[in-house]
Amino acid sequence: MKLVFELSRPGRGMDVLPACDVPEHALDERWLRAAAPALPEVAEVDLDRHYHELSKEAFGVCDGFYPLGSCTMKYNPRVNEEAAALPGFAHIHPTQPESTVQGALEVIHTAGALLGEITGMDAVTVQPAAGAHGEFTGMLLIKAYHESRGDTARTKVIVPDSAHGTNPATATMVGFETVNVPSNADGGVDLDALREAVGPDTAGLMLTNPNTLGIFDPNILAITRIVHEAGGLCYYDGANLNPVMGIARPGDMGFDCVHLNLHKTFSTPHGGGGPGAAAVGCKALLAPFLPGPTVEQTEDGTYRFAQPEQSIGRVKAFYGNFGVVVRALAYVLALGREGIPEAARAAVLNANYLMKKLEGAYHMAYPGPCMHEFVIDVGPLKERTGASALDVAKRLLDFGVHPPTMYFPLIVHEALMVEPTETESRETLDEAAAAFLRVYDEACEDGERLHGAPFTKRIGRPDETAAARTPIVRWTPEA
Amino acid sequence: MGSYLPSTPEERAAMLAEIGCDSIDELYRNVPQDVRCGELDIPSGLSEMEVLSELERMAGKNTVFRSVFRGAGAYQRYIPALVKTVTSNEAFLTAYTPYQAEISQGVLQSIFEYQTMVCELTGMDVSNASLYDGASAAAEAVLMCGDRKRTGVVVSGALHPEVLETVLTYCAAHDVMVTLVPAVDGHTRPEDLAACLEGTTAAVLFQQPNFFGLLEDAPALIEAAHAAGAKAVVSADPISLGLLATPGELGADVCVCEGQSLGLPLSFGGPYLGMIACKKPLMRKLPGRIVGQTQDDAGNRAFVLTLQAREQHIRREKASSNVCSNQALCALAAGVYLACMGPRGMRQAASLSLSKAHYLAERLREVGGFDLVFEGEFFNEFLTTCPIDPEELERRLAERGILCGVPVGEHVLWCTTEVTTKAQIDELAQTLREVL
Repeated sequence: MKLVFELSRPGRGMDVLPACDVPEHALDERWLRAAAPALPEVAEVDLDRHYHELSKEAFGVCDGFYPLGSCTMKYNPRVNEEAAALPGFAHIHPTQPESTVQGALEVIHTAGALLGEITGMDAVTVQPAAGAHGEFTGMLLIKAYHESRGDTARTKVIVPDSAHGTNPATATMVGFETVNVPSNADGGVDLDALREAVGPDTAGLMLTNPNTLGIFDPNILAITRIVHEAGGLCYYDGANLNPVMGIARPGDMGFDCVHLNLHKTFSTPHGGGGPGAAAVGCKALLAPFLPGPTVEQTEDGTYRFAQPEQSIGRVKAFYGNFGVVVRALAYVLALGREGIPEAARAAVLNANYLMKKLEGAYHMAYPGPCMHEFVIDVGPLKERTGASALDVAKRLLDFGVHPPTMYFPLIVHEALMVEPTETESRETLDEAAAAFLRVYDEACEDGERLHGAPFTKRIGRPDETAAARTPIVRWTPEA
Repeated sequence: MGSYLPSTPEERAAMLAEIGCDSIDELYRNVPQDVRCGELDIPSGLSEMEVLSELERMAGKNTVFRSVFRGAGAYQRYIPALVKTVTSNEAFLTAYTPYQAEISQGVLQSIFEYQTMVCELTGMDVSNASLYDGASAAAEAVLMCGDRKRTGVVVSGALHPEVLETVLTYCAAHDVMVTLVPAVDGHTRPEDLAACLEGTTAAVLFQQPNFFGLLEDAPALIEAAHAAGAKAVVSADPISLGLLATPGELGADVCVCEGQSLGLPLSFGGPYLGMIACKKPLMRKLPGRIVGQTQDDAGNRAFVLTLQAREQHIRREKASSNVCSNQALCALAAGVYLACMGPRGMRQAASLSLSKAHYLAERLREVGGFDLVFEGEFFNEFLTTCPIDPEELERRLAERGILCGVPVGEHVLWCTTEVTTKAQIDELAQTLREVL
């Protein structure tokens, strides 16, 4: 495919803007750029075709089964898009007077109240722009809480070895030191190791539950109790809330703070890597530290901004990814109190159904039942045939299946983490299982051959080592 | 109630039987009864029609103004039709982060093109794939300039206040000291900046045009930073770069922008686009995703996520930033916008915004009581005095369908863009005479 710059011809382009209808103001030479930016000069028809061509080389939810573990690639309802595009949402300025944006404040307030109930939290902000941004916000709340009590010795954050990389990276970003605790044989937190890890220097624990192995930790109450007894607080990474929403609430598990990825559990589209949005919920003890402004409802039913008294400050300009919050609200309103737990149950059913179909062939890292996802350990297959998790994943591409998350969690070396989500039918799961099993058979016949997969795509495996060694990160006419 | 489940209750029962379970509850056996919640206290679900109608009701409570004369970090601009056509394409809209390069070349190439356009616009060598917004990009930018010896940050007092607040939050998290250089007559004076710099200063951050719309003496500010061994970070307005000297050619080390102006609707403050680009020596300190060009085994050009050794999923607690999801679809919108505008269109958007602002300033001066607060060249925003309480002015104009400039203390910060017409400006002047 040609780059848009390679389509450019001097003098071509679109006529987007009108002529100036006021006297032109000329800036002194000293302020001006020396040369115009070398942006493409392309006619609209060629641009339209260019992006159309690019879109054919993108894999969306409508392109097929998308079982990316811990990413919750569920269907993104179209009505959500329509709602976010309503002029009353899309064309309002963030600094308009409160009286002219009552509907927008109602969206933020209502979404916060519903998500607070779903998580069992007392207060919610939707300011963070993504999951990791939510973690950053939540851990700052915990830091501010300890500091407000003069408890400055609490500098360590406990993170299980099955955690997402964002957890330890977040701990570092807020000035904490990470203490890794190992998983036990069942894939849960090792309680003895946790008891040893906690102490007067414990700021808190960051935990994903169900974890990245798709296992709900049966010791969850003991875990949060151990941390609380040591004076630490408990942070719930909501990446995997989908199978327990409406069934069990982080607040009832003993967590003090939680972030939700609205682009996972609450059906907003991922956009090829964003924009997502996070809601961060917390118990009352952390509410005074929330980023401002928050939205509150007054006695007469109107809404207004409020500034939490000991706020950690802003984590971004304005009020968050508002358009994404509108979509998530549309989703929660559609499902409601019956639909939320029903979706969770269906996600768990689909994952167990697919696991059952595959466990005769593939080796499962941990036995079922699982929650919303399960982890295949390709290690034994690799040992026997030479075909790795990467090879299996790449061959799946040829059958129109988006590969599962690869090589994660780190504690399973040849991991394929499979999350089907609830919005897939039985036929889709059956077809996907057939593809997985066919790849398994192919590996058994000739494992070496799979090193060359995929065989049917426009390009083969790109040389990632060369890309990192000699970075070419922009187009130049010579390259 | 609404549901997006394809399977019927009967089908689910059959699947359950195949698993060998009597009830779905059996699958939840790890979840202790003590943490099970009863029925959620939220409303019953709604049909699609009811959902849309409920959100239409909320949207209907917001006022969409006929004329908008405010910016302050969020700008009403013209969005070429093609931008929406491309960003509403289902594959672009719903795809995940392009980890699987073989089926994601379209997404990866669009980011590579975006990175190139950002470099062209800002005069920098390397751009990432995007960050959350301009404010968090500014915060990440000053932090990436730090090292063992230098950590301090010196910030212009003429920075957007919400960008400043965000920088303060990020710096406080890292225990990084921030020194503010108060603006004098609306500008950051190079001598004041120099006086704040120390041997431990890692980065200087200022905005061009600044929060008051004024053009800063950028070359002198950057020179002052460099003289003290600090890096210079410029927060720029991407539309202004259609005309103005680029941070790159002025010698800045990092440039950040709020990219909302490049094809994204106002949308009450988000989702927007954090743009960040830097000079080559800082490339490996840049946070977030970066797309690079390589080849497949047959020698075909291919694009991949690269330099991942910087990132959280590899480095974990040693990563320079925790950023994971960014604003890819917004970056796509910006790429399509810049391709539609081209060099000519960008110059025109900048020039129109500039000229209309000067016309507006003149009309306001004629009304009386709206005089420029500061001297010096400005771009498309400017601060004036206000003959009445600015919030009262805001209220009176809002009743006439006009959103006036943003009240800033006793003053008003006005803004025009290419969508502001002469007729709207003349109408504003006339309306002011009527309501004052």
